[in-house]
Formats: sequence, C-alpha cells, structure tokens
Amino acid sequence: MNEVSLGYIFIDSLLINNFVLSVFLGICPFIGVSGKITTAWRMGVAVIFVITVSSVLAFGTNVLLMHFHAEYLRIISFIVIIASTVQLVEMFIKKTSPALFRALGIYLPLITTNCAVLGVALFQTAREYSLVQSVVFAVASSAGFALALFLMAVIRERLELSDIPDMVKGTALVLMLAGTLSLAFMGFAGIGGGS
Amino acid sequence: MSHDHGAMTKSPSDSMEAFFGGLWKQNPVFVQVLGLCPTMAITNSVRNALAMGIATLFVLVCSNALIAMVRKIIPKQVRIATFILIIATFVTIVDYMIKAVSIPVYKALGPFIALIVVNCIILGRAEAFASKNGVFKSILDGLGMGIGFFIALLCLGGVREVLGAGTFLGFPLFGSHYQPWVLFLLPSGGFFTLGSWLLIFRWWKERGKGKLAPGADEADKAVEVHA
Repeated sequence: MNEVSLGYIFIDSLLINNFVLSVFLGICPFIGVSGKITTAWRMGVAVIFVITVSSVLAFGTNVLLMHFHAEYLRIISFIVIIASTVQLVEMFIKKTSPALFRALGIYLPLITTNCAVLGVALFQTAREYSLVQSVVFAVASSAGFALALFLMAVIRERLELSDIPDMVKGTALVLMLAGTLSLAFMGFAGIGGGS
Repeated sequence: MSHDHGAMTKSPSDSMEAFFGGLWKQNPVFVQVLGLCPTMAITNSVRNALAMGIATLFVLVCSNALIAMVRKIIPKQVRIATFILIIATFVTIVDYMIKAVSIPVYKALGPFIALIVVNCIILGRAEAFASKNGVFKSILDGLGMGIGFFIALLCLGGVREVLGAGTFLGFPLFGSHYQPWVLFLLPSGGFFTLGSWLLIFRWWKERGKGKLAPGADEADKAVEVHA
C-alpha cells in the first residue's frame, strides 16, 4: 500500500509530472489532434472518461490476478480491458447522448492506441495505489493530458495567422512548442509539499 | 506457404525493398513520425536507447512472423484484437527477459517495456504489411523497421547523453571541465532534440531544390492525419 496523500497525487499527476509534457505518454494524439481547439476539447473529455473507467476496471483485474498468482497475464489483460472499455464507452455514449457521440466521432476508437490509458493502468499497479488513490490518479493524469492538448491547440490556432518559414511548419514546430511548454511546466516542481 | 516462396524468389528486389525501406525511406520515426512516446521517454542515455531498440526489434520481428503465419485463418472482423493479443504475448516475454538479464535496465525503462504493446509502429506493420505478405518478407520488413527505429533511438540517445551528461555509454568524453547541459536530460530536451532531428531531415530532403515544393504543406497534413 502506498501512503501518498490524495492531494499530492492530484497536483503531481496534473501539473508536475504531466503525462504528455514530462512522462511522454500520449504524444501521438497530442500531435495529431491539437490543430483545433474544438477537437482538442472533445478528445480531452473522451480521454478523461475512458481513462477513469479503465483505471477502476484495471484495479479490479489486478486484485483478481494477484489472488490467482497470475501476474504474467497483466499486460495482456490490461490491453483487453482497455479495448473493451473503449467499446463499452462508445456504446454507452451512443445510447445516452447521440449528440455527444456525433461530436466525438472518430476520436473514440482512436483512444485504444493512446498509450496514456495503458500507462495509467501500469503506473497505478507499479505504485501499489489503493482504489481511491487510483481513481484520483486516473482523473488527474487524464485531466493533465486534456490540459496539455488544450494549451497546444490554443497556441497552434494562434500560429495559423503568423508568418512561419515553410521549412519549420508541421511536426517539428509542434515538438519545439511542446519542449517550451514542458520547460514552463517544470516551474510547477515542488508544489504539493512532496511525499 | 509454397506460393509465398514462389513470389519471393520471383522478385528478390521486393524483399530487399521490404528490408531497406524501413531503414531510411520509410524510417518509422523520422519519416512516418510514429512511436514517439518511447522515442523521447527513454532516450536520456545511450544504454536505455540500446535496450529499448533491441526489445522493440524483437517484438516487431516475432509478431510480424507469427501474424504472417496465421493471417489466413484470422477472421477479418477480429483481426486487430488478435494482432494486439499476439503483440502483448511477445511483450510479456521481453518484459520477463529484460528482468532476468539486467535489473538496472529494467528499472530504468520501467513501464515503457510494457508500453511497447501500444507502440503504433508494431500494430501499424502488422496491419499494413504482415497481414498481407508471406512470412519471409514480413520478417525482413520487421527487421528493417526495427533497425530503423533502433537507429532513430540511437540518434536521439547519443545527442542527449553527449550534450546532457558529457558521456557516451557512461564514458566521459570532454574531461572534467565540461559543464553538462542538463536541459537535454530533462523531458523538454527530448522534444527539442527530436524536433531538431526532424528539421535536419526535412532540410536534407529539400536541399538543392532551392525552395520548398508547393505540395509540402499537403504532405505535412497527411502526416498529421496519420499520427
């Protein structure tokens, strides 16, 4: 059992160890869908939803695997859980809110390949978080992902209007911006009081 | 399989293409911009980059070979799920192998070994190549892509360790007066280094043309959609 306080977990995974900017998880969607603010926003919400649900399921599965001493099945069962969670969330949203379903569109199935989802499941297992700690960790780190995605989308919408050399346009520019954002987020190190 | 073998001997250049394409023309990191998470996360030292490169190469070759073998008996609707299960099996093997060989490397790579499962290069090759081609060609393709990824990791790990710590594989390079450029070991250094490499490759491809082709923007958009 890990004795870290909930508030520290929240601040730490939202800002200090932001999933995109300092742990390098979920870079592909971060570069792919940060072109527009509206799509970035929707993707962020969908990811928060999926990560939270799959984190709870992964916690339950891990307890079950530990009980049967079958830890070697961890990676396989986590990836199956994530794929089925995405499918489940897709069906759930389709039934309850067709408007949201249409808005999310292609972004829902894409989440299966977002390594942040598997990352949350693996980290919470490695750090031996309790169920409540796991949920806080999942919500905070996925909100951190959404925050980074949103910030990048805002910057990129502004850049559309500015005069950039052709050579730099594209992925290279996004990476340079992400590096600068990451430097800025380093300023958060130290808040939360440590563990 | 005999049919595949026939096709293979008919056009050896095809197999060569499958191998060398991954090294340079279709390099997974610098050209296709795939698998960026491990590329930046574990390249703060050359040793980690080597371990990650070998692990990914192993998973890529094995999963490509197995998928090419069973590709005709997998129903179309569940193929992606089957691919992921096959990949996850090999990743589990690698995970335990690294733990047995070297505990320090295992600790340094941490959850990023398990995260090879969601490395888009591997699923991408399974879907785009191994599910359509014979075993021999798929192994060559896996080798080419894996070595291409390996080279990319070394490019990043080399720059970051030499500048950020003044060492290469742990050997000091510049003597005791060198002030390490710690920024390159930090996460932001990963973004900056990869961004610079992409710029260099862009310049290499466009050099001599005088001016960027008018279609360059479209190419970028294609990359973004792909990512």
